[in-house]
Amino acid sequence: MKTEDLVTVLSTRIEPVNHRMVGWTMGIALATSALVALGLMLVGLGIRADLTTGRALAFLLLKLAFTVGVVAISSIYLMRLARPGGERRTSSIRIMMPFAAIVLLAAISLGLAPSSHWDEMVLGDQWLECLLSIPIIAIVPFAIIVAAMRKAAPTNLERAGAFAGLIAGGVSAMAYALHCTDDSLPFIALWYGGTIAICTWVGARFGPQRLRW
Amino acid sequence: MKTTEAELRGLMLAALDGDAASHRTVLARLSSRLRAYYKGKLLRIGRSASEAEDLVQEAVLAIHLKRHTYNPDEPLTPWVHAIARYKLVDFVRRTRTSFADVPIDDADDVMAHDDHSDAESSYDIRRLMERLPKNMQCAIEAVKLDGLSTAEAARKCGLSESGVKVNVHRGLKTLAVLIAQETKS
Repeated sequence: MKTEDLVTVLSTRIEPVNHRMVGWTMGIALATSALVALGLMLVGLGIRADLTTGRALAFLLLKLAFTVGVVAISSIYLMRLARPGGERRTSSIRIMMPFAAIVLLAAISLGLAPSSHWDEMVLGDQWLECLLSIPIIAIVPFAIIVAAMRKAAPTNLERAGAFAGLIAGGVSAMAYALHCTDDSLPFIALWYGGTIAICTWVGARFGPQRLRW
Repeated sequence: MKTTEAELRGLMLAALDGDAASHRTVLARLSSRLRAYYKGKLLRIGRSASEAEDLVQEAVLAIHLKRHTYNPDEPLTPWVHAIARYKLVDFVRRTRTSFADVPIDDADDVMAHDDHSDAESSYDIRRLMERLPKNMQCAIEAVKLDGLSTAEAARKCGLSESGVKVNVHRGLKTLAVLIAQETKS
């Protein structure tokens, strides 16, 4: 076939397109994935019962600040990565900021506590539940975000996949925070930060295969 | 260089609004630039000119199908380059040429030269279309090859008007996949 003929075929009876569609699709996908994560947490785990105490509330807000921070920053980059060439304008430095902040806070809190408390602070009561719940809750949000990305045109599939995983892990951790009763900074840094990092890594592995177009 | 960008971007914006003549012009002008770009890349790694033409058509199809991802506030050249390079890397991967062979390039490379040679790709669109589901085939034939309106095509294919639009869009996407498979072998 001649390229000229292909151009003719493609230009016959074309429809106007809406360039805002990409933003809309991604935005709806993000909102849906957050709702799904919340729903899964409510059904499977339930909200923690002790939210009347000031300490529990403070830690809940801290966990939400961390996870919302991760999701907010990475959403900006995901929107860019959805379009061809968007990877030129993503820096991974800024996305490290919430992680750096929580690790720093964790280190300070460990430094201030006697070393006999360290085990308890790092492992909490439910580290295994956290380690399993966040990645499991993240599966459906990841699928939703990937489906939305496929309607766009990412050109760096590994990075796009990584950010999809990062956001899926972030919304999942956001939902899990409402259930989790382990209130220590090192716990949040290790088990929240760590599981979100795992989701990111898995996303990067799946990207090239799931996002190809 | 600057004038090319401004001119093509203007055409692209009109094309996004549904202006068929601009759409045609922008695709035609991009295809001659893509031809020069791909020939330059592929001949250097020992591939043929007809393979370059396959890639030109893949990229033209991609530009058409993904035109909604172009942000009108941004320059056009980097967007076209990202698609062109993505399709090049994808081609090299699937034809198992060593990945290290594709040199790093600059966004402007994709607009640097024109090549108007009248080459043909190695596949035939009519033959590929036979492999599409009936509704997609009918919708594309009616709208894209015969130039019927959506309403006329709907009557001809026994579909609703929105059904025709969906089938044209899905059909072109499926064709792009078939073309990519075709150039692999």
